[in-house]
Amino acid sequence: MATHNTKTLARLMMAPSVLLLLVWMIVPLAMTLWFSFQNYNLLSPANVNFAGFLNYEFFYTDPAFFQSIWNTLVIVCGVLFITVVGGIAIALLLDQPIFGQGIVRILVISPFFVMPPVAALIWKNMIMHPGYGVFADIANLLGQQPIDWFAQYPLFSIVIIVAWQWLPFATLILLTALQSLDGEQKEAAEMDGANFFNRFIYLVLPHLARAVTVVILIQTIFLLGVYAEILVTTNGGPGYASTNLAFLIYRTALLGYDVGGASAGGIIAVVLANIIAIFLMRAVGRNLD
Amino acid sequence: MGSITLRQVSKVFGEAKVIPSIDLEINDGEFVVFVGPSGCGKSTLLRLIAGLEDVSGGQILIDGKDVTQAAPAQRGLAMVFQSYALYPHMSVRKNIAFPLKMAKMDQAAIDRKVEAAAKVLNLTDYLERRPSQLSGGQRQRVAIGRAIVREPSAFLFDEPLSNLDAALRGTMRLEISDLHHQLKTTMIYVTHDQVEAMTMADKIVVLNRGNIEQVGSPLELYKTPRNLFVAGFIGSPRMNFIDGAYAQSKNAKTAGIRPEHLLLSRDNGTWRGTVKVAEHLGADTFLHLDVDGIGQVTARCDGEFRAHHGDVVYLTPDESKLHRFDDKGMALQA
Repeated sequence: MATHNTKTLARLMMAPSVLLLLVWMIVPLAMTLWFSFQNYNLLSPANVNFAGFLNYEFFYTDPAFFQSIWNTLVIVCGVLFITVVGGIAIALLLDQPIFGQGIVRILVISPFFVMPPVAALIWKNMIMHPGYGVFADIANLLGQQPIDWFAQYPLFSIVIIVAWQWLPFATLILLTALQSLDGEQKEAAEMDGANFFNRFIYLVLPHLARAVTVVILIQTIFLLGVYAEILVTTNGGPGYASTNLAFLIYRTALLGYDVGGASAGGIIAVVLANIIAIFLMRAVGRNLD
Repeated sequence: MGSITLRQVSKVFGEAKVIPSIDLEINDGEFVVFVGPSGCGKSTLLRLIAGLEDVSGGQILIDGKDVTQAAPAQRGLAMVFQSYALYPHMSVRKNIAFPLKMAKMDQAAIDRKVEAAAKVLNLTDYLERRPSQLSGGQRQRVAIGRAIVREPSAFLFDEPLSNLDAALRGTMRLEISDLHHQLKTTMIYVTHDQVEAMTMADKIVVLNRGNIEQVGSPLELYKTPRNLFVAGFIGSPRMNFIDGAYAQSKNAKTAGIRPEHLLLSRDNGTWRGTVKVAEHLGADTFLHLDVDGIGQVTARCDGEFRAHHGDVVYLTPDESKLHRFDDKGMALQA
């Protein structure tokens, strides 16, 4: 009886927050869904009428649509690859006892504290700029023609910037996982004749599987919606070369004033994110059991 | 083959001299137990032999070959860790096969050896399970299996039974002793439990603060402890130490008498004591007594001897079993 009462009470007490969260999620989703079937352009806000699937058709037939989906996937996969591989490498280095360990760790983690537009601007103007960027200086020093990163490799440049920002996050999570590896297991493997490479493959990597899963899941959520870095660097260009789905929706809504079309894009993005989530949970989710 | 020789081996951690200097000879096929209180350096000594720690000075020889600078895997030793240190994501089969796989043995030979080891250790039915699906005793056996398949020149055990409950500890103790008789390989076993040391060892090495206090067979240590430390550490309940007039009458600074060498009587004896606590264990009864002019004394007697708090009993020490120690705590010969 007592447990029953507590359960009912617990549910009652939780109800307001659950309700609030539900409303917070359902209302914007419902509104977006509603707008996506409306002819709603901010240039003529008086003429709002039912559009059927016209918005979806327009968004789908937009020449930028497939490219933006492809770019979204490239950004997500590229950044994930760099951060997971780089994160493991840096975490392995930071796990070694070194002089000034605390300060080094804080320095490594600091990029995460820099706001995305600020970080992107620093990369744009101080590092990748073809005239006075650090990369250009290095190229000049080696007698090479400096690369105009955002013109020649716009998408790759975005991937580098975003990866730089997320690398500390991956490193941090992987480092804590690495530190939780049982010391006696390492010693046992050492006695069993496993060299560093074998210990990494058979002991460290399986131990890190769970942390890598967490990194992939969390980063994917945020990487699907990369926006600020694109806005302040390439502005989606040249052409649509660095436009991802989030940026395309922004373009449609705030540059094209087409609320209906942008809403349709938003719904497509939600569906796409869910498809990716299902595949992701299938592929890596079992590591979390 | 597996004879191990330590020559003036020392270990320093920063300022702390954990092991000042140790000389020790371990013969092939011996079951040697390092025993001592926690912090006495017994685990460190084992890790030095294993190669998991670098020596600060001295030499370690295995079968006459200097291995002081050799990597752990090259010393031909196998170790069983306190936490078992099984690889959690591998099945029992893969755990046991791991050292063979690292030695690049071919798969058929690996399978054969793993099956054989599993049979010896009663693990055949569990080969496909993960360590997390096994009980403590089974995990322990997997850890031993992983050591056996390498056919090492010596096994190193680092407090392997301390994570098991009392009943299982007794069984595993027998199994390890049995294994030693089967394999006839040198085994070095570290424990803080003197019962394990007494029951399993051919040779006990008693360590205290990084120094060897005494080396000998269990009965040697029991009968002729070299000093107060060994006398107090070996034997349970521990030896009674008596200072003062009684010791002086025996020409010693301290006299020692084991609880089992005190004869108890209801009506007459050398000493008169009052029972403080009586521990009835069934087969034995331990009496903690307050003896007039002597102090606190523990006596061990037959389980039938009924006594309660406050009872007065008489004790007679068996003087042929008396141990005498000088003012430096060293044993005096009779």
